[in-house]
Parts: sequence; C-alpha cells; structure tokens
Amino acid sequence: MEKKERRAFLKSGLAAGAITLATISSCTGPNISEEEEELVNVLTPDGRLVQIPKSMAAADSYVPVGPKEARIGIPNKKFVMVVDLSRCTNERKCIDACDHHHHLTPDRPYIKVLRMQDNEDSSPYWMPKKCFQCDNPPCVKVCPVSATYKRSDGIVLIDNERCIGCRFCMSACPYSARVFNWGQPPESMEEGYDEIPYSPETSVPSRIGTVGKCDFCPDMLRQDKVPHCITACPNGALYFGDKLSDTVTNGGETVRLSQLLREKAGYRYLEELGTEPNVYYLPPVNRAVPFEETLSDQES
Amino acid sequence: MDLVDNPDSTREVGKSRQQIEQDLLRHVTKWTKNDKLWLLFLGVVILIGVFAYYRQLRYGLLVTAMRDYTSWGIYISNFVFFVAISLVGSLVSSILKLSNATWSTPLTRISEIIAIAAIICASIIIIVDMGRPDRFIYVIIFGRIQSPIIWDVIIIVTYLAISILLLYISLIPDLALCRDKLHDVPRWQKKLYEVFALNWKGEKRQYQIIHKTSSILCIMVIPVAFAIHTVTSWLFSTTWRPGWDSTNLGPYFVSGALMAGAAVIIIAMYFIRNSLRLKEYITELHFDHMGKLLVLLSAVYLYFNINEYLGPSFKMVGVEGEHITELFFGKYAYMYWLVQIFGLILPIVALIYKPLRAPFPIMVISFLVIIGAWVKRFLIVIPSLQHPYLPIQDVDESYLHYIPTWEEWAITFASFAGVLLIVTLIIKLVPVIPVWELTDNKE
Repeated sequence: MEKKERRAFLKSGLAAGAITLATISSCTGPNISEEEEELVNVLTPDGRLVQIPKSMAAADSYVPVGPKEARIGIPNKKFVMVVDLSRCTNERKCIDACDHHHHLTPDRPYIKVLRMQDNEDSSPYWMPKKCFQCDNPPCVKVCPVSATYKRSDGIVLIDNERCIGCRFCMSACPYSARVFNWGQPPESMEEGYDEIPYSPETSVPSRIGTVGKCDFCPDMLRQDKVPHCITACPNGALYFGDKLSDTVTNGGETVRLSQLLREKAGYRYLEELGTEPNVYYLPPVNRAVPFEETLSDQES
Repeated sequence: MDLVDNPDSTREVGKSRQQIEQDLLRHVTKWTKNDKLWLLFLGVVILIGVFAYYRQLRYGLLVTAMRDYTSWGIYISNFVFFVAISLVGSLVSSILKLSNATWSTPLTRISEIIAIAAIICASIIIIVDMGRPDRFIYVIIFGRIQSPIIWDVIIIVTYLAISILLLYISLIPDLALCRDKLHDVPRWQKKLYEVFALNWKGEKRQYQIIHKTSSILCIMVIPVAFAIHTVTSWLFSTTWRPGWDSTNLGPYFVSGALMAGAAVIIIAMYFIRNSLRLKEYITELHFDHMGKLLVLLSAVYLYFNINEYLGPSFKMVGVEGEHITELFFGKYAYMYWLVQIFGLILPIVALIYKPLRAPFPIMVISFLVIIGAWVKRFLIVIPSLQHPYLPIQDVDESYLHYIPTWEEWAITFASFAGVLLIVTLIIKLVPVIPVWELTDNKE
C-alpha cells in the first residue's frame, strides 16, 4: 500500500519534472561551452516556454521531495563527513558551491572556513565548518514545533514552513552552525525564486523570519551523488560517505572510514559536549602546503 | 526582620466603615485632568511602539540590531524582566499573607494587578521577538512537550490564570460595594460591577467560600510562581552558553525576581499613595516594612550572585573565562559594576538605616534597583551570546556588537507603557486597596 503510494508519487514527480526546469540557476555551472549548441524547449518555473542551449538545461529531471517526505531519512544510510585539516588552504570553493546551490548571499553562508589556532605555540590552520549533524542534536531538543528534526540517516533538517523564528536552536547550537533570515532573503529578488517548490532537502527557497543551515544536500544524496562542497574542493580535503558501509570519498579516492580515522587520528570538535557530531576532523599535520594568510581572510 | 509585628496594624486606620469606603472608592469615580494626560502620554508611547512593530513586521527582524551571533536581544531580556516582575503578586498576596504579615493587606491588590499586567506584557513581548508571529498557532498545533519553550508557554498561561483568579476572587466583595455605592458612573461601568460581583450579598457562607478559595489559591500560586521564573531560567541553562550553563540559574533568577518585585511594589506604593491621596492607608509603616523586606531579598540575591560568578571567575577557563573577563573588565564592565553596586549592594547597605526607609528615599533606591534589574537581565542575555566556542570571523561589522535600534527601544518602552496602562485602567475601575478586608475582616 505504502509502496504503491510512493511509486505513484515518484511517477507524478517525474512527469512534472520532465516539463519543469527546477534548477535553471545551474546554468552558471563551469562546463558551458562557447560553441553553438542545440536548443531545447523548457518551461520556466513562472510558466514561460523558452529555448535554451541543451547543456544549460538540468540533465536530470529530479524533483526534490516536499516537507512531509523530507522527514523520512534515506533508508539504510548513516551519512558522515570527514574534513582533512592538513589539506585545507582556504580556497573557499566549498563555500562558493554551497552558496550557489542554496542560492545564498555571502551574509549567511552555511559553510565557514575559520582561522584556528589551538594554542600559542602551534601554527594556525584553516577549519571548514558546516553543520555537524549531531546524533544528540541540541537544536532539535529545544525546537518547540519540530521545525528542525533528526532523520534516520543522521541528517538534521529544517522545515522553514514550520519554523516560528524563536531562534532557540541558534542559542542551543554550540557550534554556531545556524544562520537566520533576519530580513527578506536578498536572493528572493531573483526572478522566479519564490516559485521554486520548497523542499527542506534543498533548503530553497529561504524564507524571512526562519532559520537555515547546512543540510548535507539530501537532494544530491537521493540521486546517489555527494554534496556540492565535496566535489568543489580542489584539494580533496572533504570526504563524504556512509557510516554503515564504512566508506568515504573525497571525489578522487574512496577509503575506509574507520581506517582513515584511526590512521590519521580523526576527532570530533568539542567531543566532550556529548553532541555526537557526524563530522570528523583529521588534524592539520603533515600539511601539503604551509599555512598562509589568504586575502579572503578579513580577520575580525 | 520583624515583619509580622503588630498584626492589628491594618486597623490602625481608626476610621469608621463609612469613611473608609468613601476614601477608597473616591479614585474610582473621578477622572482628573492628570489622569487623562497620563493616559494620553501612555497612549502616545504605545503608538510609537506599534509603529516600530509595524516596521518590524514589514521588514523583518532586520530592523533590530540582532544578528546571527547575538540572536537574542533586549526583547528577550525585557521578557525575563517582566516575568521577574510578575512574581510580585505571589510575594505579597501569598508569601506575606501566609506568614501572617497582616500589615501587607492594603498592598495585595496592587501587587496582583502589577503581576497580571507584567505577565500580559511578557507574553506580548515574546510574540514580538518571534521571526514568524503569523505562525504562533503552531506552538499549540505542533507543540513539542520536550522543548523548554513549551514548558514556558504552559507555566505562563497557568500563572496568568491563577493570578487573575487571585485578583478576581478578592475583588468580588469590592465589586459588590461599587455596584451598591457608586451611582454617578457610566452605565457600562455599572453593568460591569453588576455582572462581575456575582450576586454578592455579603452572606456568611459567601465569605466562607471566598476565604477558602483565596487560601487555596494563595498556596497554589507559590510553586507556580517559582516555576514560572525557574522555567524561564531553563531557557538559558539548557544550553552550553557561558554564563547560562549553570545549575545555579533557577534560584538565581527567582531570588532576583523577588527582589525586583519588592522594589516595584515600593515604587507603586509611593505613586499611588500620593496621586490617589491614600496616605492614611499606605503608611510610613508599610515603607518601613517593605524596606526591611527588600534588604532581606537583596541579601539572598547577593548570595546567589556570588554563587553565580565566583566559580567561573576563579577557574577562568575557556569561553567561560572570556565571558567573565568581558563582564568584569571588558566592554560590559561599566554596566556590570554599576548594576552590582547601585542595584544590589546599595539597597542592602542603605536600607538598613531607618531614615532611608522613609517613602521618598526608599522610592529612589527602589528605582535604582529596578533599573539595575533590567540592565542585569541585559547582561545575562546578551554577552553570553557573544562568546561562542568557535571564533566569530568573516562577518559583517554589524554582527560583532549589539546596540539596540530605535525600533527595539520603542517597542520596549511601549511594553512598559503597556504595563502602566493596564495598571492604571484597573485602578480606575476598582478600589486599589481591598476595602472589604479592612472593614469586614472581623466577620
């Protein structure tokens, strides 16, 4: 019964997807060729029929799931991220990819790259920081309306159609992972932005008076792809994978999670708080390149 | 602390029943020019606040100075302040009543009125703080009992209900008195007395019911009053923020609230006594007793303050140490020490001297206590948020500090005006001093 419904849903979703161009913004992707291309007809989110080069149309017609479906995790998965601090050189490509995919403006990034220094004697390092998708998430515990929730696949998501904007989750999160839409999201000025069907799995569109954060891109995971930041990193510093199959990949190499953490002394940030994060760090030892203050680092 | 001396002090008035009734009903009937000017003033302040809130609804919380790190601001600290003030109702009409301090009888009604006004404005201010007030109903539809916010909603509603009952039950005989004695009032007002007096005839059985009900409520309100401010403290202590992550926070908040409540009642006594010409009913004795009570409550609060700050300042570890440094020597130091000296130490020292417990000086000291109490809640809420575990980097300049905008101040002042407006309107409708408890008590 349930299976049937699900199939029907998927079918209708695919049918809708075939004539919809949900991800028109991906046209700014890096692989646009300059040559003349075959044109295709697509229906824009605001109902206009336009012709665009074939490469600009999203290749697949995946339609992200709605708020109700998004509460159920991807079965038999437990997602995990590993950040190799020895490889991060603060290129900030992960931030760009994330901002682009989630239509974010630089004032409320889901990823931050922090300049860290553990003590006076040690050399500083760059620490990419996302939502840690804790297994004992303080934000979920305090939410008065279940607007933020924990899924079976380990991901903590936000339903911004449920969020009342009390910001208790922001106070509760010890990692400052959450950002708030204090005003009208600047990107809502983009044409057609408001007509994008909302999905907690894409966190798009953002809404005024609600909270947002890194979501581990479940829309990509449902298509058996890794989050955008992973593929964007030029240094392979970010690994992503599944705890249950004990595998993580940085796009180039695929390794055993347990072995990686053991051999490179993986740790979790502020382990002692008991939040059980699903993001691991590998210490900044044996660095490929020495630490450099980068221009984009406007120390505050 | 000789608070229960002379149980007959209320009868010191030494006037005939008729005279007492006349004195205490006087302010209900007349609307003086000053009353009207006062209402006009409050109305203007509230309207400015409403305009500021209109701007906030239109542009979002962007009009405030709150940003991603300082994600709670003076709305929340003001909310905590009002919840604190609301404890005054239970302090006077319950704790003092149960301890047989009969001198406090003339103060019960005013304290209950202030409690209700404060709790109503606390509820309003918390809705103002919401990013999506249009979804307020979700708190009921989707409420998660595991969230401290839901505990707070439940306890606030409960406390408001008990406080209204506490006020109303003791009002019934006086409403009947108004119904019988006041003839030159508008018809709606007369109708109001008639309906709400619930056919009170002053029968013995009716008195029995009223005494029984109010003593049950008196006892019931104590755990609820403690709970309301303890639960409010849990909104903070259930997180890992420096300064909030403390087991001391519940009693710290409750003791601070009782102290602020005592100061509020002293200020209210002073102005009601003078503007309504009730000097024979609210006497110097009341100021003297309340002064001693304020010393006691301040000393208790001082004790919890020491508990709150000594441990972390001795260890000075990590973000907790940063937070303490900021308060003691950093950008909040001047606020912190002014509050601790003028809002906490001064009342303890000054009010030991009897001459300073005279109406005017004690009113001034109570004002300092109240201002201190408000600023203290600012210091509890805001600096804690500015010391997260991970450093604040790569953010806009506006994220680094918190200076409330005019919209936030306008709404805050409007909430104060709201409390004063509710208090004023109730006082203009019913006798502010329980008449029947002064005249009929012996029956």
